[in-house]
This record gives sequence, structure tokens and C-alpha cells, in this order.
Amino acid sequence: MANYMDIIAGCKDKTGGIIEAYHAIQKEYNYIPEEALKEAAKAFKLSEAQAFGVATFYSYLSVKKRGKYIIRMCESAPCHVAGADEVLKAMEAYLGIKVGETTPDNKFTLELTECVGQCQATPVVTINSEPVFNVKPEMVPGILAGYK
Amino acid sequence: MTQEYRVLLEHADKINPESAADYIQVGGYKGLEKARSMNPKDLTEEVKKSGLRGRGGAGFNAGMKWSFVPQYPETKYVVCNFDEGEPGTYKDRIICQKNAQALLEGMAICGHAIGSNNGYIYCRGEYPFVVEMLKKAIGNAKESGALGEFNIEVRMGAGAYVCGEETALIESIEGHRGEPRFKPPFPGVEGLWRMPTVVNNVETFACLPYIMTNGADWFAGIGAKSYPGTKVLTLTGDIENPTYFEVPTDYLLRDVIYELGGGVKGGKKLKAVQVGGTSGAFIPSQNLDTPIDFDSMGAIGAALGSGAVFVMDESRDIVDIINRIAKFFEHESCGQCTPCREGTFRCKEIMERINTGRGSLKDIENLKVLARIMQKASLCGLGQAAPIPITSTLEHFEYEYLRKLV
Repeated sequence: MANYMDIIAGCKDKTGGIIEAYHAIQKEYNYIPEEALKEAAKAFKLSEAQAFGVATFYSYLSVKKRGKYIIRMCESAPCHVAGADEVLKAMEAYLGIKVGETTPDNKFTLELTECVGQCQATPVVTINSEPVFNVKPEMVPGILAGYK
Repeated sequence: MTQEYRVLLEHADKINPESAADYIQVGGYKGLEKARSMNPKDLTEEVKKSGLRGRGGAGFNAGMKWSFVPQYPETKYVVCNFDEGEPGTYKDRIICQKNAQALLEGMAICGHAIGSNNGYIYCRGEYPFVVEMLKKAIGNAKESGALGEFNIEVRMGAGAYVCGEETALIESIEGHRGEPRFKPPFPGVEGLWRMPTVVNNVETFACLPYIMTNGADWFAGIGAKSYPGTKVLTLTGDIENPTYFEVPTDYLLRDVIYELGGGVKGGKKLKAVQVGGTSGAFIPSQNLDTPIDFDSMGAIGAALGSGAVFVMDESRDIVDIINRIAKFFEHESCGQCTPCREGTFRCKEIMERINTGRGSLKDIENLKVLARIMQKASLCGLGQAAPIPITSTLEHFEYEYLRKLV
């Protein structure tokens, strides 16, 4: 796993690159650890409060620890009418967690999202940003079993 | 007329979008060559003359926008708005995945017109795979020499709908919270890092090579007179062919649904269609014989917006869908200005009450007052547009609300 110090150093020369740095940190850690956030604040000459303000503004960034696989269920109107609610219920039942929670084995985090721009095949779920198309409730166990 | 008319997507799936050589083989980068042989002022005039208007939703004349950029500052920026966050929209992704080089060429053409060699593409965080592809496409175009001195950097958003607003997008590239700025000054005068900046949508930029190659008059002659060219649409919801199409802008909404779209799914009747994404108006079936162009849509109280076409069949519960949309805006409001922050919250609260059978006539009255205040007093387009789905359904589908009241 790449050290967050190295990751931040790699983005430091990009003006305004703190969001790029956060993306790169999340790619390794799946969230932005507090120490990494403090380091980023220093590198981009922001107060910790400002750096925290940026990290918590965007829904793709998280300052809370998350699982290895982040499942995001789209709930925008096209997915909503295609049955997103039922898929979400099936997810919650299969994983035994509610939206916003992580499974005890730290494998899956379940989140809601707005449109992910794959509306040709609704409802859509993304798992670590990879879209899964035309998801039906009965497909949920099969899909998630593929993630080890 | 039931055919597509492909300009931007003519070579879709036949060329590799990453490869400048592929693109050059089908006539690519000729437009840039021609643009660079012109002086910037004439180039801007040519684009103005083509009648090209912004494809992101606001429909502003592109050449006019460029003409606001002052000449004297040394540093200026060309920014591509690829934050398409309107639910039901994925046309910019399709344009990039099919014809990325046209976007790059378009940005370089704009760069020549305003005197800038600094380009940024702000791509939404939902498309990391497109970011990778764009980086390769840029690398390839630079290597081939096609872009010359013009540089393009890709920055990735992180899941904030409001960043589609140009000043919020600029704030986000600068590494800040994506909160819109007060306008004026407009970005053309004071944009990225307080320098003059042109922000255009992916589709707007991608039109430019074809305008330069075929001439402004050619473009002005396609589709609707006041909003010429083609438009890439994405069909979603209860439709037989949920896919994308490129059509001339005078194409009828009815034909989009019943010809290209193959009709309402399962042969059901149409109840409503929402054009332009989640902030668009709901259009009842009696208004289907309207061309999709900006002004024709405006004339029926709707908007072309991003070109998303969301179809709902007769069985759909309008109030439930509006409730979902109200929740969307409450979630996406950046919280900076009060009319939007409080307004979207109250809209959601009232819609939830109505949707669960606890609403009253007073709630509907309050929604109308709230909508008026939000439309007039919100700082940016998000708060101004958020009540449109509510007001348009209260106008055309009031009975759906009334039957859910206590």
C-alpha cells in the first residue's frame, strides 16, 4: 500500500490539486484517514478546517473508514422507477447492514448515490466505481459473491 | 423524418477515440488547422455566425461567450464542463467514448480564439474510466503534434451535482468546496484563478471541428434556425430503446419517443416525459408535437437542458417521482444560500407528507409560494430550477396530488 505522504507529495505541484490528492488517497485506503487529511492541509497550505471542509463537501470522498468494496446504489429518478428500492432492500437483507454502514468483516460498505450516468441499463449499482447494469433483487447474492 | 443525423457520432465505434491518427483519417484536426489560419477575431465571428449555442443547458451563443474574454491578460483558460450530473444524462460520456479527439480539437479551436494554451477538462467523479481514456487520448494527440502548443489537463470531480454550474466547477478545479460564485463578474472576465476563462460543455466543444471544416453556414442550416445543429439525446425510463441518439434540433419530441425510442415500453400509454434532466419540466402527452430545440421547448414551459428524455408510462405515480426528485435537490443543494438550502429542504418535507397521504391543500399552496421564492431568490441555477418539476406537475397533473391529500 502506497504511503499517503508519497501520494500527497505526488500531487503537491498541481495548483488546487487537493481533490486529486484525496482521490489518490482513497484509491489506496478507500477513505481519507485523519492523518492523511492533516498532511494534505499542510501540503496545500490550507487550515485543517478548510481541508476537512473540502473532503466533506463531496459525496465521493469519505472521512469515515469504509469497507474494501463500496457499493453505491443509484436512487435517481430513472433508477427509482426501474425498481431501485427493491434492489436496495435486497442488498440490505443480504449484507445484514443498513445504508451508510459497513459489514463487520470490513468487506462491503453500502451507500446511496445520485445518477452515475449509466441510465441505458437501470437500475444501476456501482461497486468500487465499476457499474453493474439492470440489477434485479434476485441477482444481488450472485453479484456480491463475485467480490472476495 | 425518423432518421438520426449523426455529426459528432458519425464514426462512433469505427474509430478508436484515444487515437489521433484514427481521427485524422476521418478528417479530424482539419478544423483546427483552418481555425489557426484565421485571426482570432474572425474565428470568433465565424463561430457566432454558425449560431452554435451551449449544449449544457443554458443555450448561450458560444461565439458570443468567447467575445467577452478580454485580450490583454497573458493567462486565460479554456475549461470543458464534463460534470454531466443531470439524472438520466450520459451524452457527454458517449461523445467522449466515441469521439474524444473532437472534444480536444474543439478546445484547441477555442484556445486559438481567446488566446489561451491552457485547457482543463473537469470530468465527473462517476467516470474514472473515462478520465483514464481521456488522459490517453490527450497524450496521443500531443504526441502526434495535432494539438501544437495547446495543453489539456483532466481534473476529476467528486460527486457534487452543483459543480455543473460553471463557477462552482471553477471553485472545484481550484481545490475548494464547489460553491457557486456570485455573478458578475462572469468567468469570461474573471474565472479560473481569477483569470478570463471560457467554460463550455463537452458537446459544444465537439461541434466546433465540424463547424470549422464544413463552414458556419452549413451548421446554421441544420435543424432549428434559432438553435441549429444536432443534439445528442439519451432516452431513459419506460421506453423500448433506452439508448442515445443524435438528431437535428428541429426533431419532434413525439418522434424521439415513438420512432427512435420505439414507443412506450410494453405498448403502454404515455403519461409524461421529462426533458433535460431532473430539473426539467414534466411534459404532458398533448405537447409531444414540439421540436426539441431550446426555444420550442421554452415555449411550452419546458427546457431542452442536457438532452435527457425520461419517459413515464400511464401506471407511474407522478407524486412519488416528484418526491424522489425533491429528495435529490435537498441532497445536492450546496447550502450556501438560504432560499435553496431551506427551500429544497421544505420542498422535500412537504412532498414526503403529500406522498404518504398526510398532505393538505395548504401544503400545495405553500409549495407554490416556496417555488416562486426559490426561482427568484436563489443564487444559482440549482435553486432556481429545483422547483420546476413541482410547478410543472402541479400545472399538468394536479389531480395526482389532489388524490393523495387527506
